[in-house]
Amino acid sequence: MAAYLLRRLWQMVPTLLGVVLLVFFLFKFFGGDPAEILGGLNATPEQIAAIRQQLGLDQSVWVQLGIYLKSIVTFDWGKSWATNEAVSNLFRTRLPATLTVMLPILIVEVLIAIPIAMWVAYRRGSFADRTIMIISTVALSISFLVYIIVGQYLFGFQLGWFPVQGWSDSTWTNLTTYVPLPLMLAVMVALAPYTRLYRTFFLDELGHDYVRTARAKGMTEGAVMFRHVLRNAMIPILTNVGLALPSVFVGSFLIEVFFSIPGLGREVLLAVNRSDYPVIQAVAVYLAMLTMLINLTVDLLFKLVDPRVQLK
Amino acid sequence: MNTAAASAAGAAPPALERSEGVWHAAWRRFKTDRVGLVSALIVVGFLVLILASWLGLVAKSWQDEVGVANAPPTFLGPRPAEAIGTIEVPKGPNVDLSAIDPLAPRYKEWDERAAQYKTVERPKAETLPLGGDRLGRDVLAKAIKGTEISVFVGIFAAIVATCIGTILGAFSGFFGGKVGDFLEWLYNVFEAIPGILLIFAFAAVFGRGILTVVLILGLTGWTGLYRQVRAEFMKHGGREYVRSAEAIGASAWSRMFKHILPNVSHVILVRMSLLVVGFIKSEVILSYLGLGVGVEDVSWGTMLAEAQSELILGYWWQLAAATLFMAIFVTAFSLLADAVRDALDPKLRGLE
Repeated sequence: MAAYLLRRLWQMVPTLLGVVLLVFFLFKFFGGDPAEILGGLNATPEQIAAIRQQLGLDQSVWVQLGIYLKSIVTFDWGKSWATNEAVSNLFRTRLPATLTVMLPILIVEVLIAIPIAMWVAYRRGSFADRTIMIISTVALSISFLVYIIVGQYLFGFQLGWFPVQGWSDSTWTNLTTYVPLPLMLAVMVALAPYTRLYRTFFLDELGHDYVRTARAKGMTEGAVMFRHVLRNAMIPILTNVGLALPSVFVGSFLIEVFFSIPGLGREVLLAVNRSDYPVIQAVAVYLAMLTMLINLTVDLLFKLVDPRVQLK
Repeated sequence: MNTAAASAAGAAPPALERSEGVWHAAWRRFKTDRVGLVSALIVVGFLVLILASWLGLVAKSWQDEVGVANAPPTFLGPRPAEAIGTIEVPKGPNVDLSAIDPLAPRYKEWDERAAQYKTVERPKAETLPLGGDRLGRDVLAKAIKGTEISVFVGIFAAIVATCIGTILGAFSGFFGGKVGDFLEWLYNVFEAIPGILLIFAFAAVFGRGILTVVLILGLTGWTGLYRQVRAEFMKHGGREYVRSAEAIGASAWSRMFKHILPNVSHVILVRMSLLVVGFIKSEVILSYLGLGVGVEDVSWGTMLAEAQSELILGYWWQLAAATLFMAIFVTAFSLLADAVRDALDPKLRGLE
């Protein structure tokens, strides 16, 4: 186990280095001159030269790469160009809001999608199955934007059930007042793809021999489905939840923008609009790191819950 | 997909000894799929519309302000005049001031001169087929033009991603070794960064515009296809027909792209049609956020962005038009992609 962990961590190094290089050279070669962006339109050539020197932009590419690597390792990304806020501060202050809205969404989605998918897979080929599949195809082809625009208008503006948008300092108020509407809309949208995906997992399990054996033993259909099929199907489902976890940290940009939730996603989008490179670079690199760590954790958890899983 | 259908029909093997080709068999299966055929028809209809719009036959003047601001759809009838805020323009002074007005002698001259330059003000329509937007532009024309842009972006970004994914996947799967390791590393790097974040990072440096969006989506979206092509090339690389080709002196290039590629092209086609749907949705979101097509263009995403503020005021038609066009096209295209996959790979039928 320990050897496996070490090897996996070691294997992350080249990938992480690649991410760093990709982000660095992307912004270096295509991103324009940071000094000119920072200086603004009215900056004199002297001012731009001064900024360039301050950022180390007058050095060679390799020295710059060194500065960049150092900033990653020391977690010191300097300040956001637009707001002068320390970039490290950004994660600490924005991540809680993102998690407050994204975690409930993920949990509710999965908990609702599992029973529907199980039922649909059980009634495979029936009218209900095909109807749900067609509805989910149509539902999937409408942009998420439309759901949010209409949902906000209908439930927030017309019916007044929820506040249209907003955020407070108290997590409890957020959960009870501001999260329900985005949660409802996000779950509505994600339900179709999740159901489709989980349906294939259940169908896959239903084709196995153990199902036939269980039925032959005279087990009730309920027992077959819940005690055998559900348990086995949980493995791919949980893998999938693990894969979806990193996106919980990025947050849904759209949800955060529409509902003015001060989370990480909205911050990144603002940074993109303001050409605020340090923020974009920091978020990209750290989220890549986080993604890899989460994937590793999921793999390890599987080993714990399912002794058959071989760690290679 | 119609290209698949066309090439399948064109490549029908006349010789009796030859076994049925993959495309021919697929076409035979596809013909019996009614949902697939109807979707194919709808998609072809849209493609004709897009072609017409591209050639300037329809929706050429979508930027013209042909109606009153926020003109309602025709079936709703025009709004009452006071709602639009139209007030009769007073016509000149009703008292004769020419005795004391020092400029009076020149009025006639000015009127004559003004008449030479006078532009004809076109009467603005009270209603439009699908309503008008804030500036009185025809929503139907905008929706058609928006369809052209959004679908164009989706298809061309898919082509870019498919080319990148196929070439890299072919090299990685065929050669393996150092080349494979390097490409796998590249794949891992692109996969490590969450997709939408990668798109945003590219959008931050490349800016806006139709071709830019195509490039951004293509450069970030090739990974899934790469993986599949790589697996196929690894599988086929050791097969007898490839080894026979090698034995008679076929170059690596020829083995990869003349021998293996045609045998895995159906996998690529299925994957590519899925990419189109995904890219269309991404383009809509990017354009909505102001990171997609420029302000001088219209796409479903920019329409939705405008529709959001219009909806609060009760002007729902632009939202409805963009949603309807998108829903019909994307549904038809997804069903068609499913049908093509079922036809090309019957083993997968009904699983997804």
